[in-house]
Amino acid sequence: MNPAELERIYETLAHKLDEVGQGDSELYLAKLVLLLAHSVGDVDVVEKHIADAMHGLKITE
Amino acid sequence: MRPAGRSETESLYFKYPHFDAPAIVDRNAEHTAQRVAIVGAGPIGMTAALALAKEGIASVLLDNKATFNDGSRAICIARPSFYILEQLGAIGPFLDKALGWTTGRTFYRGQQILEFEMPDSESEKFRPMYNLQQQYIEQYLWNAVSANDLIDCRWQSEVTGVKDIGDTTELTVRDPHGEYTYDACWVLACDGAHSPMRKLRGHRLRGENFEGRYVIADIQMEHDYPTIRRAYFDPICRPGGTALIHKQPDNIWRIDYQLGDDESTDDALTEDSVRRSVSLLLQEIAYQGNWELEWWSVYTANTLALDDYRDNRIFFVGDSAHIVPIFGVRGLNNGLADAANIGWKLGWVLNGKAGEELLDSYTPERRGATLDVFANASKSARFMTPNTYGWKLMRDAALSLALTHPFAGELANPRQMTAFTYGQSPAVIIDDMPLFDGPAVGALLPDHKLPDGYVSDQLGEGFTVLCFSETLYTALTSVIGRTAKGLCALNLSQYPAVFTAYSADENTAYLIRPDMHIAARWQHATPQKVIDGFQRVTFNLEEAL
Repeated sequence: MNPAELERIYETLAHKLDEVGQGDSELYLAKLVLLLAHSVGDVDVVEKHIADAMHGLKITE
Repeated sequence: MRPAGRSETESLYFKYPHFDAPAIVDRNAEHTAQRVAIVGAGPIGMTAALALAKEGIASVLLDNKATFNDGSRAICIARPSFYILEQLGAIGPFLDKALGWTTGRTFYRGQQILEFEMPDSESEKFRPMYNLQQQYIEQYLWNAVSANDLIDCRWQSEVTGVKDIGDTTELTVRDPHGEYTYDACWVLACDGAHSPMRKLRGHRLRGENFEGRYVIADIQMEHDYPTIRRAYFDPICRPGGTALIHKQPDNIWRIDYQLGDDESTDDALTEDSVRRSVSLLLQEIAYQGNWELEWWSVYTANTLALDDYRDNRIFFVGDSAHIVPIFGVRGLNNGLADAANIGWKLGWVLNGKAGEELLDSYTPERRGATLDVFANASKSARFMTPNTYGWKLMRDAALSLALTHPFAGELANPRQMTAFTYGQSPAVIIDDMPLFDGPAVGALLPDHKLPDGYVSDQLGEGFTVLCFSETLYTALTSVIGRTAKGLCALNLSQYPAVFTAYSADENTAYLIRPDMHIAARWQHATPQKVIDGFQRVTFNLEEAL
């Protein structure tokens, strides 16, 4: 994926999250993770991304 | 609880018997030398008594009630339990009455997201699951118990005290005639989740409580739907909650529905509230006919167990030793397996066919099974009643995704009961055969269809060696006749299909215990190895070949 493609995903997600709204965005993101995880197919890779996404959050500071 | 105007045991379809207390002359009669006392004549106590009687051991069965259970309401009997009932000679009425099933359907917001099938085939003797009301389970066991001269059942007889005196356990028993003591050499505490025996001995169950509360109700209706377990997540009538529907014989349907955090248990248990909640769920499944309310109660999910199922000469069996969540139907089934397990072992020890060390395998085997149940049932319970923000969000995500993507629906698959593999028990011979893919040591023997019945029909009363060659079979039978009491050989060499099922060639042998679990297996069996193995797992090493 090149920078332009990543930017496209970034923008699509921003639009979708605005559309979904705060009430349902967590559910929406959790579904998206399950879908992406299923298509990635490699449990170790997914686990690593799940751990990486923790960095920089309040709980890990 | 029952609707206003009906007494505690006034059922729409079942007549509860009344049992008198024993006459004084009967309870004071001479005892046999080997005295096993079983406390609690519920399904577990009766199964334990039958398992002992099968080994020729007499028992006294004490119960503080004058009729069957009304509070406990198991309905699902799993395939391994049907094997137990068959071995005890009690299976007939169960097969006639129980409803076998293989399919479950899961719905989310009214839409079906999953249909699962439990493993079943033409070559299986029993269905993976059967639905039958606990009253019938007790009635059919009672038919077998009351016809058995080795079992002395004493109703209205409450155990109020227990004392260790040397090699005996003295029970204080109170019945309508007064109080007396009974000296038992072994005691099986089968007295249920609230076990007075456990309290008398000062033991506590340890583990986790889950937060979800469920109302459980039985109703009678002429509803045309097959025997399929239905689970409803986030149903329209109960947003955010879950509900389950099971079919039982006699047009009785089991409805379970989860209470919301804002509903008080007391309010939810009023008759009006139960009727209203059931009506709404019936509307949702488009049932429009009449229905009658039979009975209702409430439960919460727990995973609790004793650290040790044995205390000196007392064994805790069934719910007295462990409480498991209902999701996955393991309460009754786990208890039946406990009863069958301690029954044959104690019988063999008292008969002198096994050393007393065999009894030390009861806790590791059956507590191991309970911990396995906890692992599976906790997953189911977390899915049915997620108790934290994270579990709830992921559960909802899986359900929502399952509407369009079947792979996510598999996350909603309840992990139903399978028999536990006693892979670490002292009463099996742990082997190291990584290239051998036959059924594992400690596993329940997979059954197989033969031209004239099933492998399970051919097993002996005690231990059985499965032989796959005439040579081994002949050599073994001549040795067994002289040395190994309780062991017999079965020649399977004429059934080619069985070789594949058990990954066997002509040198293979399996040693099967009386409870159908695999005690040992050999790729290169000899009569000597088999006899040695038999003596080792029965702790009878001094018996010379």
